[in-house]
Amino acid sequence: MAIVYQKSKGLTDVELHYCPGCTHGIVHKLVAETLEELDVLGNTIGVAPVGCSVFAYKYFNCDMHEAAHGRAPAVATGIKRVLPEHIVFTYQGDGDLAAIGTAEIVHAAMRGEKFTTIFINNAIYGMTGGQMAPTTLVGQRATTAPLGRDREHYGSPIRMSEMLATIDGAAYIERVTVTTPANIIKAKRAIKKAFQLQIAGKGFTMIEVLSTCPTNWGLTPVEALEWLNNNMVPAFPLGVFRDITAEEAK
Amino acid sequence: MAKELWKGNEAIAEAAIRAGCRCYFGYPITPQSEIPEYMSLHMPKVGGIFLQSESEVAAINMVYGASGAGARVMTSSSSPGISLKQEGISYICSAELPAVIVNVMRGGPGLGTIQPSQGDYFQATRGGGHGDYRVIVFAPANIQEVVDLMQDSFELADKYRMPVMMIMDGMIGQMMEPVEWKKPPVNPEDLPAKPWATTGTKGIHEPKAIHSLFIDPNESNDHNMRLDAKYQRIMADEQRYETSETEDAELIFVAFGTPARLARAAARLLEEEGIKAGVFRPITIWPYPYDALYQAAAQDSVKAVVTVEMNTGQMIDDVRIAVRGCKPVSFVGQAGGRVPTPQEVVAAAKSALGR
Repeated sequence: MAIVYQKSKGLTDVELHYCPGCTHGIVHKLVAETLEELDVLGNTIGVAPVGCSVFAYKYFNCDMHEAAHGRAPAVATGIKRVLPEHIVFTYQGDGDLAAIGTAEIVHAAMRGEKFTTIFINNAIYGMTGGQMAPTTLVGQRATTAPLGRDREHYGSPIRMSEMLATIDGAAYIERVTVTTPANIIKAKRAIKKAFQLQIAGKGFTMIEVLSTCPTNWGLTPVEALEWLNNNMVPAFPLGVFRDITAEEAK
Repeated sequence: MAKELWKGNEAIAEAAIRAGCRCYFGYPITPQSEIPEYMSLHMPKVGGIFLQSESEVAAINMVYGASGAGARVMTSSSSPGISLKQEGISYICSAELPAVIVNVMRGGPGLGTIQPSQGDYFQATRGGGHGDYRVIVFAPANIQEVVDLMQDSFELADKYRMPVMMIMDGMIGQMMEPVEWKKPPVNPEDLPAKPWATTGTKGIHEPKAIHSLFIDPNESNDHNMRLDAKYQRIMADEQRYETSETEDAELIFVAFGTPARLARAAARLLEEEGIKAGVFRPITIWPYPYDALYQAAAQDSVKAVVTVEMNTGQMIDDVRIAVRGCKPVSFVGQAGGRVPTPQEVVAAAKSALGR
């Protein structure tokens, strides 16, 4: 019998701890498949964050280094500077990257650090139980914003991809989502391009993935996908925000 | 070999390079900025990595990453910056990675002053960050000793897979003294392999993970107990100290770093007055040489023990633990950037002896 589909060699056999309907699993798969397809698994060091994906170091089938909250880009900088021929990636959530670790991601991009960041934006703190994130939408409820995020009190959600795209050291920045098979294919393409540009030594690359959190959004998995499409995509437009190869081609 | 005149901070940086360090991450702060400045010029000459980070927080996490990748790596800072590094030091201790961290201390708390101080004794010797951990702490008293201890620092960091801190007051960083380079430079390629480093599976070994997460309380307890067993071994094997004229002394000064030099000057002044005073100088302040200090203090000749510190009295806690109440212990010092004078130390000694 022909094998038409099998789990990527880029993932271990450890059972994922993610909630039902959470899209972390899909993104893990896309990253793992990419590393396998590029034949770099044996040459890769991943950096796990603090947040829902804190256990990522158990799931990816490559060497892993778990960082303190927000510090993954600094840890990745240390690794990549010591091992410039290796593939290095960070996998970070919105609290990790856009709140406590804002300085680290901005300066990694500024230096043009040649690693890839997978940025999971689900507009909430998942691991700690649904608190407000810097990416929480105005009006969206969180356990620390029980009446919804108030613009007067907390401002509006931060768009990290747009912000980081203004930095010269960034080689590729794209925002994708994984709500439909078509979107998953696009997300895979984006992730692969980011790693390819890292391998080519072009600079800092980041793929932001709009992701669901059914548990803390209080929605079913299907409702969560719809909510993401209807609410998050308008606030965080999908697309390529920086592509150094397109600029070089001009 | 001929002696050369070196500024403390530059000697620290040169000694690290000679000790095989090929990776430095740091952030400017007075009075240690000559260390990153020196590194920025000289590290590339030996094929090493120098990176000025966006913060001390980032610097220590770059150290964490680089160490995990197998590099012989260091960072340096001064008191407020060392506070910022504590999070990372806690992680590095738990993940059991080697690193050397230099603290050229200035006056605190808060922004304090840029003048020399020893106000970070508690922070250095009690862990400093969250959780149960220790770091080996060297407290050199002159630039020659800084240079001599640097290679030992990296070797102990590798041996025990933990950070080694070198702390000194800002005076040692800023002054110039003759230095003799006694040890041959270390070639990093000759260093022992680090099989625990995450350098890629190469498709031949199982993936390795460097982490400090032990979510299961039993695993977490086991991890802490294993770390503690290591710390106990270090306490037994790695104490260092120096004594000067302590045998049959009437009074013992206890001091580390620059105040140990002041204490020796004070001891000479006391000798002119017919009082025999000796100096006990811990070189490691963790592990603290408790037993050796007890032996010195318990001599029948000793009537008083006086600690001399550039803070409001921090090491005195360890001195009291060591002396175990067998002799009276008192303190003399200045805090927040002032250096005590030998005359002040003499007066405190006489007071302790009731003269």
